Amino acid sequence: MKNYEYLDLAAVRARLASARGREYWRSLEELAETEGFTDFLEREFPRQASVLEEGPGRRQFLKLMGASLALAGLTACTRQPAEEILPYVRQPEELVPGKPLFFATAMPVSGVATGLLVESHEGRPTKVEGNPQHPASLGATGVEAQASILTLYDPDRSQTLSYLGEIRSWAAFLGAIRQALDAQRGKQGAGLRILTETVTSPTLADQIQSILKLYPAARWYQWEPAGSRAARTASLQAFGQPVNTYYRLDNAAVIVSLDADFLTCGPAATRYAHDFAARRRVRGNQTAMNRLYVVESAMTATGGKADHRLPLRPSEIERYAAALAQAVGTPGAGPAQGGWPDQWIGAVARDLQRNRGNCAVIPGEHASPAVHVLAQQMNQALGNAGRTVIHTDPLEARPADEIEELRGLVNDLNSGVVDLLVMVGGNPVFTAPADLKFKEALGKARTRVHLSLYDDETSALCHWHVPETHYLEAWSDTRAFDGTVSIMQPLIAPLYRGRSAHELLTTLTEQFERSGYDIVRDYWRRRSPAADFEAWWRRALHDGVVPNTALPPKTVAVKSGPPASRPARSGIEIAFRPDPYLYDGRFANNGWLQELPRPMSKLSWDNAVHVAPATAEKLGLQSEDLVELRFQGRTVTAPVWISPGQAPDSVTVHYGFGRTRAGKVGNGAGFNAYALRSSSAMWNGAGVEIRKTGRKYRLATTQNHHSMQGRHLAISGEAGEYRKNPRFARDLAKEPPPSLTLYPEWKYEGAAWGMAIDLTACVNCNACVVACQSENNIPVVGKEQVGRGREMHWLRVDTYFKGSPDDPSAVYQPVPCMHCETAPCELVCPVQATAHSSEGLNDMVYNRCVGTRYCSNNCPYKVRRFNFFRFADWDTPSLQPMYNPDVTVRSRGVMEKCTYCVQRIREAQITAKREDRGVRDGEIQTACQQACPTQAIVFGDINDKNSRVARLKGEPLNYSMLAELNTRPRTTYLAELRNPNPEMGEPGQGDIPAGLRRERT
Amino acid sequence: MPEQQLLDAEKGQAPVIGPGHTFATVTDKISSVVLTQRQPLMWFATLSTAFLLTMLLLLAVTVLFAKGTGIWGINMPVAWGFAITNFVWWIGIGHAGTLISAILLLLNQPWRNSINRFAEAMTIFAVACAGLFPILHLGRPWLFYWLIPYPNTMGVQPQFRSPLVWDVFAVTTYATVSVLFWFVGLLPDLATLRDRSQTRLGQMFYGMLAMGWRGSARHWRQHEVASLLLAGLATPLVLSVHTVVSFDFTIAILPGWHSTIFPPYFVAGAIYSGFAMVLVLAIPLRAAYGLGDLITMRHLDNSAKVMLGTGLIVAYSYLMEAFMAWYSGVGVEKFLMLNRMTGPYAEQFWMLVSCNIVIIQLLWFRKVRQNTLALFGISIVVLIGMWLERYVIIVTSLHRDFLPSSWGMFHPTRWDWATYTGTIGLFLLLFFLFVRLLPMISIFEVRTLLPEARVKEETRA
Repeated sequence: MKNYEYLDLAAVRARLASARGREYWRSLEELAETEGFTDFLEREFPRQASVLEEGPGRRQFLKLMGASLALAGLTACTRQPAEEILPYVRQPEELVPGKPLFFATAMPVSGVATGLLVESHEGRPTKVEGNPQHPASLGATGVEAQASILTLYDPDRSQTLSYLGEIRSWAAFLGAIRQALDAQRGKQGAGLRILTETVTSPTLADQIQSILKLYPAARWYQWEPAGSRAARTASLQAFGQPVNTYYRLDNAAVIVSLDADFLTCGPAATRYAHDFAARRRVRGNQTAMNRLYVVESAMTATGGKADHRLPLRPSEIERYAAALAQAVGTPGAGPAQGGWPDQWIGAVARDLQRNRGNCAVIPGEHASPAVHVLAQQMNQALGNAGRTVIHTDPLEARPADEIEELRGLVNDLNSGVVDLLVMVGGNPVFTAPADLKFKEALGKARTRVHLSLYDDETSALCHWHVPETHYLEAWSDTRAFDGTVSIMQPLIAPLYRGRSAHELLTTLTEQFERSGYDIVRDYWRRRSPAADFEAWWRRALHDGVVPNTALPPKTVAVKSGPPASRPARSGIEIAFRPDPYLYDGRFANNGWLQELPRPMSKLSWDNAVHVAPATAEKLGLQSEDLVELRFQGRTVTAPVWISPGQAPDSVTVHYGFGRTRAGKVGNGAGFNAYALRSSSAMWNGAGVEIRKTGRKYRLATTQNHHSMQGRHLAISGEAGEYRKNPRFARDLAKEPPPSLTLYPEWKYEGAAWGMAIDLTACVNCNACVVACQSENNIPVVGKEQVGRGREMHWLRVDTYFKGSPDDPSAVYQPVPCMHCETAPCELVCPVQATAHSSEGLNDMVYNRCVGTRYCSNNCPYKVRRFNFFRFADWDTPSLQPMYNPDVTVRSRGVMEKCTYCVQRIREAQITAKREDRGVRDGEIQTACQQACPTQAIVFGDINDKNSRVARLKGEPLNYSMLAELNTRPRTTYLAELRNPNPEMGEPGQGDIPAGLRRERT
Repeated sequence: MPEQQLLDAEKGQAPVIGPGHTFATVTDKISSVVLTQRQPLMWFATLSTAFLLTMLLLLAVTVLFAKGTGIWGINMPVAWGFAITNFVWWIGIGHAGTLISAILLLLNQPWRNSINRFAEAMTIFAVACAGLFPILHLGRPWLFYWLIPYPNTMGVQPQFRSPLVWDVFAVTTYATVSVLFWFVGLLPDLATLRDRSQTRLGQMFYGMLAMGWRGSARHWRQHEVASLLLAGLATPLVLSVHTVVSFDFTIAILPGWHSTIFPPYFVAGAIYSGFAMVLVLAIPLRAAYGLGDLITMRHLDNSAKVMLGTGLIVAYSYLMEAFMAWYSGVGVEKFLMLNRMTGPYAEQFWMLVSCNIVIIQLLWFRKVRQNTLALFGISIVVLIGMWLERYVIIVTSLHRDFLPSSWGMFHPTRWDWATYTGTIGLFLLLFFLFVRLLPMISIFEVRTLLPEARVKEETRA
């Protein structure tokens, strides 16, 4: 056996570092020929060893291999885009190692964007925050934006351009495209088809227009599985033109939602939640609150937040809308009867009429067009248009009915005229309505090109697959819900040589090789109104929004009468909804989103058939029963989940799951609801059959019990009761007197960190949970471990139901570590691994932890999380740059928990110290606080009596959870207030006559 | 029945030693088990089973160290499961040995002389099994020594407010004193074996262990003083060790744990399960080795009575626990008790009640106490019951505490079972090696039970 000398990489690195230029290369050559290195190579590449021995090629091969290996191993790996991008907050002379920079960009989903600031550590984006200047964000973010950083570094992303699964160069692709286009030139592009998702990007639209100018016979189609077709169809019916509608909830005192989950779903949800919560804050004498009525078929986060909620089947919602429209005085609306209590028409209509011009009727994105028409008629009749309801020109470059578009493409395909099909993003093979048989038709296109982040279901059926850039890797532009344009700048050079949509589409033009930067900048150079383009450009990039690009409100009159009333459908109805996190399935390979518990069901890693308790009883179903769901002749097998608040005789399924080529994370999670979805029943349908299979399917949830057991945990009351006794929550919480201890009170000399969480503001969007996961390097554990109760989220949103299971109301309570003054966990740790800091933080010392887990047993809030295995991913190289360098990646066998983002506290303290000042209030934002759309979470120094958190803790609504244990938590809650309409005559949903309410587990 | 004939006509009790024994027969009988007798089939059968189970333990521990505590069923909120249950169970079993050897010595109960040796051995092996678990259950077991105060460069010491640190002291003290006591007690008998051994190896082995014991009056005197002193040391340990173990629970604020009744309740429970284990070991031993005249029905009867007594204390504690939960008026406490009785672990709870309270009532009847088979069965039931008691205390208290949102369930995995049965194997392996290599009954102490010994003393007086 030959005694190998190990290659001393450190020595090699030192040797290379001292060499320069030509010398450098010479060193590499020398390096490649040393005996140690050849041995190293042979050991690393045993299969090559025989090749290496063979004569002539050996020297050359070794040199190449040696150089590339040495370079790969020895160079720094910062991947900065070549073009200039501008930091947002601070613009240092040069990058200071250890100091993160923030850059503004935007994340589009289905073409509609949220503005973001992305934290970058030495050129690696690590954390996404909201852009305070962006209308859809106002500094906050949704779940998907928070999780997008994981998608960027996802090792399963497509990494190479391929032709029929074989790796090809970009030049080869370009050659093939040009050849195909040459054939099209003669026939005006009659065989060219472009399929995109919804396009709002001005640059992209301009590119497509120029392609269509070049090939007039070519066609451009748009397909969007979760698109807003209903609203568009309705606007055509009602106004005679396509119109984009959004709502100014900051002006709305009364809101009626017709199957709209507007607080947590949709491109403007973050903004809506912000505006909604802003009108709900009760502070001191300011006791006015808005009121929310929700009529919906499935229990959503918005429905749980409602002051009054009415579960109705989708077809009944349409009839209810008609009846309400008639009651508010919409001309021509006919009466309709249904299974709802009378006050749901009378009292609601009166409440709306009392608030003419200050109310809003919001139709659900996925409700029928008739509901949309009726809602806009009501808004018109109530004088809301222009005040709470804003109409503008459409955001899309070309508004189109996505079903008709896809049908058109399928017809083209089937007629055999398509020579070259270019699909820009999207995954139509997976998402197309089942009856269109897109998958079968696709094969009839002679050349198929698919640009996509993943080598997905559609890529598998295409000739060419081009890896797409992540939005953090590419130049582009996009629009917000109100039309505001953001120019997206990349934070990092494409990790896998991906191409953006702009760069792909430019291959179809005469300028077939242009960078995304040139394309976008060139477009705006032509459009920019400013004299000094360079200044304008820098400003736009810096701010993350292009000024004055919001679409102007326009006045449109309702032209049509109310839609003909349709009879309520018989049989069990089915509603198709996008998954709240995976959306249409595009985020299926994102572990954070898969594991994030769904707002109401707390299901993780799976979707389910949501069935009402009464219906389940009728059909003899139990949660986790595997059933066969049959709809319009198509069948899927899926597990049942009994959802309190689901409308009886209706089921809701979420699509986006059941991917087969999503990647290692998303494959096999859940079932594919698209298999049931047809173009005639995109969102709602009737006549679904449910057949028990007799088998069980284990679902993983993070919360199994949704009843508070009469305990005062998430306290909620009513506005009226607050006016009578503002301290009702404190009375219930029974805080022991501070004298109840033998020890003298500890004096906090400097800061004393604390947090106040306003339960009235929390809408259960879970953005805080993902923000925390991203900030604190929290691992994903997988379905099996979640099922065992080992999820690692440091922050969770507890959801409790009250009232009857058929029609419950819900309370949401985010629970981070309480940082108790007298923390039970600290007392029992045998090795002082969890201890109190001088600022009152309950610190966790990972290095010292031996893992007795006693601290968790003794934590009444159960916020501690244990690394039962080595959950953190230490091995996947692509994930390593993602980790927050300020936070330890934990090993197995140690306890962890919320730290109040201590790394952010220290950072601010260091900055303050260098500037010779104290830390300002609001300077430190915890990750959860920063992400929260409604500003429900406030963090700060409670020793500073003027800080926001200290003032909130002085509010009469402020109480400590489990105060009776005398743990004296630093995290306190502001009790939830509801504003029920006395006319509705329902029993209040508050907690006041404590313990007397019907409660079921 | 032969057993009946042994009844002492006067007291209606069996004698502590069978008739017809002399000093020589006692020594012959006990030492022959080690030196000359062929081991009975039961020894081979038990030892090989125990060996296989010990191998299973090794496998389970290897997997545990390689992968982490996640191989067990523990989770959040039930972060303690089998490991701590087993720890408390084993420690409890050990208590009977110390009670018999120390307290009964001080209380001058001569009947203890024929069972104290193997009861002490049982204590040591049980403590050895118990001592494994606190280390195995750590997330990072290789750092267990951080619980021990020692001068270190980190400048950190254990946190002395934590009962887990008290545990370290309690258990190590207990183990040390038990081993010393046992070994000191063994010295005269080791010398006997040295003198009687026919092989060179045996003479060397026992000779070294006997540490030069020659049986001089001076030796005997010092031996007696040392034994009494160690008994005095061990006596408070019987009470303190399980009291400290119960602090592991009572210090916590968790409903079901936070209770002042635990120390006496745990001590009683420990002795209860300890005597059950004594019976479980004694009954087959005396049958297999024909030791019925040394471990007589009197011993079994007395052990059964201790079991009945401590069992009643345990029953009273259960009752008090339930009463206090109701009487306190604290919602979570009431809920806990109700949940124990009717919740998902109700089966285990009612099983424990029937094992620990209902079935032992049979011991009121002499007929049952005189029936070795019944006694053996009841002892097994008590051991199961006492294991369930700890399981119920740990799991039902943790699985549904203050916040319903965080409630969960504990389901043991096969590795939980493997580790548990593995330690039973280890215990039996050590015990049966002890039976083979050392005198399982104290020769010199049993000789003092003989009439000859008594006569001499009386005449001297």
